[in-house]
Amino acid sequence: MPLFHEIGFVLNGSPIRLSVPVTMTVLEMLRGPLNLTGTKYGCGEGECGACTVLVDGLSLNACILLAVECDGREITSIEGLAADPAAAGLRRAFVEAGAVQCGFCTPGMVVQGKYLLDTRTGTDRAAIARGLEGNLCRCTGYRKVVDAIERAMGSTEGAGGD
Amino acid sequence: MTEKHEPVASLIGQRIPKQDAPEKVNGRARYVHDINLPGQLVGKILRSGRLHARILAIDVAAARALPGVHAVITAADVPTQTIGVTRDNPPLKGDKVRCERDEIAAVAAETEELADAALALITVEYEDLPLLLDVAAAREAEAPLIHDDKPGNIALQFDYEHGDVVKGEAESDVVIEDRFGLHYVTHACMGVSGVIADFDDITGNLTLYSNTQVPFLHKREFAEVLELDPNRIRIIQPTIGGGFGSKLDIYPFEPICVYLARAAGRPVKLVFSRAEEFLASPTRQPARVLLRSGCRNDGRLTFRKVDMLLDNGGYTSWGATTPMVMMQTFSSLYRVPHCLYHSTAAYTNNPYAGSFRGYGNLQATFAVEAHMDKLADAIGMDPLEFRLLNAQEAGEVSGQGMHFRSCGFKDCLRTAADRSDYLARRQQNIEQRSTGPVQRGVGMASMLHVGGGAKIYPSDGCGTILKLDDFGHVTILTGASEIGQGSETVLSQLVCEELGLPLTSVTVVNNDTDITPWDVGVHASRTTFIAGNAAVGAARLAKEKILKAAAAATGQPMQELDLRGGGIVQRQDGSTLMTLDKLLRSMHFQDKADLVITSYYYEPPSVHQDDQHKGDVSAAYAWACQVVEVEVDSDTGVVRLLKCTAAHDVGRVINRLGIEGQIEGGIVMGQGYALSEDLAIRDGHCLNPGFRDYKLITAPEVPELDLSFIETMDGEGPRGAKGVGEAPAICVAAAVANAIENATGVRIYQLPFTPENVYRALRAAAHDPPV
Repeated sequence: MPLFHEIGFVLNGSPIRLSVPVTMTVLEMLRGPLNLTGTKYGCGEGECGACTVLVDGLSLNACILLAVECDGREITSIEGLAADPAAAGLRRAFVEAGAVQCGFCTPGMVVQGKYLLDTRTGTDRAAIARGLEGNLCRCTGYRKVVDAIERAMGSTEGAGGD
Repeated sequence: MTEKHEPVASLIGQRIPKQDAPEKVNGRARYVHDINLPGQLVGKILRSGRLHARILAIDVAAARALPGVHAVITAADVPTQTIGVTRDNPPLKGDKVRCERDEIAAVAAETEELADAALALITVEYEDLPLLLDVAAAREAEAPLIHDDKPGNIALQFDYEHGDVVKGEAESDVVIEDRFGLHYVTHACMGVSGVIADFDDITGNLTLYSNTQVPFLHKREFAEVLELDPNRIRIIQPTIGGGFGSKLDIYPFEPICVYLARAAGRPVKLVFSRAEEFLASPTRQPARVLLRSGCRNDGRLTFRKVDMLLDNGGYTSWGATTPMVMMQTFSSLYRVPHCLYHSTAAYTNNPYAGSFRGYGNLQATFAVEAHMDKLADAIGMDPLEFRLLNAQEAGEVSGQGMHFRSCGFKDCLRTAADRSDYLARRQQNIEQRSTGPVQRGVGMASMLHVGGGAKIYPSDGCGTILKLDDFGHVTILTGASEIGQGSETVLSQLVCEELGLPLTSVTVVNNDTDITPWDVGVHASRTTFIAGNAAVGAARLAKEKILKAAAAATGQPMQELDLRGGGIVQRQDGSTLMTLDKLLRSMHFQDKADLVITSYYYEPPSVHQDDQHKGDVSAAYAWACQVVEVEVDSDTGVVRLLKCTAAHDVGRVINRLGIEGQIEGGIVMGQGYALSEDLAIRDGHCLNPGFRDYKLITAPEVPELDLSFIETMDGEGPRGAKGVGEAPAICVAAAVANAIENATGVRIYQLPFTPENVYRALRAAAHDPPV
C-alpha cells in the first residue's frame, strides 16, 4: 500500500480536500479521482505539454508534478478556463483561427495561451512561438495556434479585460 | 406570403471553423483515454525485448495467482489466427519472437499497478537465434530465415515497367545513378494508441472503442482474427488523437485487448505509454533506393530505372505495400518514356513499417527530385525550365495509365518559383557560396499524389444518409472517419450549400458502425473527394424530394423553385415562398406521411490496377510544387528551414481555414522528416522511445509559410475539389536536399539532415575529417 497524504487546494475556484498517494501526480489526480479528463497524458515526462495546468499562475506539466506538492496552492485546469469568462476570448480565438485539428494537444495549448496572455512576456509572433516551445502538436504546424493567441492578445476579452 | 431575401453567400471557399473545435478547446472531447466503462479492467502487454528467439516456455502461474488479476493470456489461450497485410503476425507469439516489440503475454487487472506487478511475475524461457539486422544481408544465401515459410526472407516484391529502359538509356545524352537512404520515423500521434473491448458473454456482442481509421474493414478483419460473427461486432470511434495512417492496419494490441475482455468477462481498456507508442507502433517505411536516370541535351527525360530494398522488419504491415505509390512518382510525376521499377521488401529483426501520410511518396520523391536537379545541372538548364519541360499536363495519360483530367502542375511550378524568386535566389546563392560558414540555399521539389481516392479494395466508395427533421435540422450520417482533418466541417458545407441551409442546421454522425453507412476509411487523401461526393449526392436527392413537395404545396413548377436561406424560394428573384421547416412538417403530418431521408453511395469512376500495376486508380490527381529556403551552418551542420513557398493544385478550396491547416501541418511534418525526426534503430532496438530524444518540430522552428492554391476545378470532384491530406508532407525533404546543395554545393543522399549527419557529409565532401 502506498503512503497516503491529505492535501487541500483550490481547483478551478473551488476548495478541495483529498487524500492522495504520495506518488500520485497532478495529472493522475485530475484524470483519476477528480474525473477531469480535459488534461491529457501525452508523454509522462514533461516533454509535450498536453497536460499543462496553471499552479498559482505558473504553467506547469501536471505529469511531473506530485499532487502532494499542491497542498495550499491554486490549480486551474482546462475545465476551469472553460468556465471562465475571462478566457472566453482565448477559447473563441482557438476555434476561429483554426488552431484545432485532432485536438489532443489543444487543452494544454489553451492553458499555455492563458499563461502567455496573463504574463505578457511578449506579444509578437516570435515571442508567442517561443512561449509554445514546450507544447507539441502533430497536426497544425503551430501557425494557427500562434494566430489564435495573437488574436486573443489583441482583444480585451481574451486578455482578461472583462 | 412572399418576402424578399438578401442573396445568400456561398459557403464554398469560406474560412469555416472546425465544427468539433469548441468541445476540443473546452477539454470536453472524449478520446478513448477518457472513456471508462463500469467494471473496466486495465490491460497490459508483456513484450519480448529480444529480437530473434525461440520461445521455450512461458510460466504465468504466479501472475494468475495474484489477487486482482482477472486474466493472463498467452498464445496457448487464444485462436491461432494471424493479422497483417500478409497474415504473418500472430497477435500473441507462441513459437518465436522476431522483433523487439513482440507480444508474449497479456494481463487484465483491477489497476495499472496490479497489471504491472502481474507482468513482472511472468517468466519466459528463450533460446536466442542468429540475428538478421541488415536488410541487404537478408537476401544472402546463408541468412537466417525470419519466417520458415518465407524463402529468401522475401515479404513482398513489386515490378513495374513501361517502355524499354535499355532503349531509353541508349537515347540519353546524360545518364546518372545514385543511391539514396531513407530512415525510420514514426507517426508520434499526440494521443497514444488505445482500445476498449466490451464483450458480452450472453449475447456474444463485442463493442470496440477504437481509434481505427478504417472501421468497416477493421470489423471484417476482427471477425476473422477473433473467430467471431461480424454481425456481433460494433466499432465506435471516440474522438481520435491523430492518425496520419498509423491506424490503417490492425495491430496486435487490439485483438489482445478483446481476448483479455473475453477471458476476464469484463470490459478491458488497453492504452500505451508513450515509450510503448514509440516501441510498438508502425514506422514510416525505410528504404534504400538505387536510381538511374537519363535525359537528352534538349532537356527531355529518357528513362528511369529504380531498384529498391525495403526493410520489412519482423512482420508485414502496409509499409511493404508502399511501392504501389512509389512507382507512380517514378513513372508518372514527369513524362518519362521508359521506366523500370523493382522493389523487394525483406524480413529482418527490425521494427516493421505501416502506412504513414504520403505512403512511400516522400521516399520516392526524395530520389526523383534530386535527379531532376542533377540532370538539369548536367545539361546546363535551370531546374525550373527542366521540370516545366517534362511536367505532365491536363489530358495526358501516363505510362502507368493514370489519366490526368485536371492538372495544375505547371501552374504550381511557376507559382512557387515566382513567389519565392527561386531562379534569382538560386543563382545568387551559388555565387555567394564561399563567403562564410553560414550559407543560404533554395531548393525546389514537386509531387504527384492520388486526389480522388485510390481503388485498392473492391470498392473505393462511401455512403451517406441524410435525415431532415421537422425543424429543418439535417443529420449527416457518413461513413467517413474523422481523425482531426476536418471532414465533418467540409461535409457540412457541401450539404448545406446544396440545401440552402446555415451550418448551424447540421449535425454529423461519423463514428459508429451500427449507424453509419459503409466506407473504406480515412486514407489516400480520399475523404473530401469520396465522402464529399457521397454527401452531395444524398443532398441532391433530398433537394429533389423537397422541391417536388414544395411544387405540390405552392402550385409552382418545380424547376422554378430553389432552396436558399432556410426556405423554399423562387429561383429567379430569390423571394421566399415558404420556410423549409414548415414544408418538412407538412410532408411529415399529411395523410401520406413522408420523412425526408435519403441515402447515396458514391463509387468513383476509377479502376483497379491490372497485374502490371497499370490503370487509372484515382478519379483525380493532386499536384504541388514547394520551394524552400534554408540556412546551412557548415561549422555545426545545423540546417534551418527559413521559408516554404507551396503551390498546391487542390481542385478547389472548400474550407480555406481547414485546407490551410492541412497544408501547414503537412509541411511541418515534412520538415520533421527532413531535419529532426530520427527513430534511432540500432541493432534492432529503438534507442529513443520518447519526445526528449525523438525531436518533433516545435513552434519556434516553423518557417515562414507562403501558400497558394491552384484551383483547377476538377470535373469529378465535389464542387471541383481534390484530395490534399497527404500532399503537403511529400516534397519538403526533397526540396530541402536541393536547397542544401544550392547552399553548399554538396549533395546529401541520406536522410535525415540532422546536424551530425550534415556536418559529417560536408566534411567528407571537403575531404576534411570531422573535428
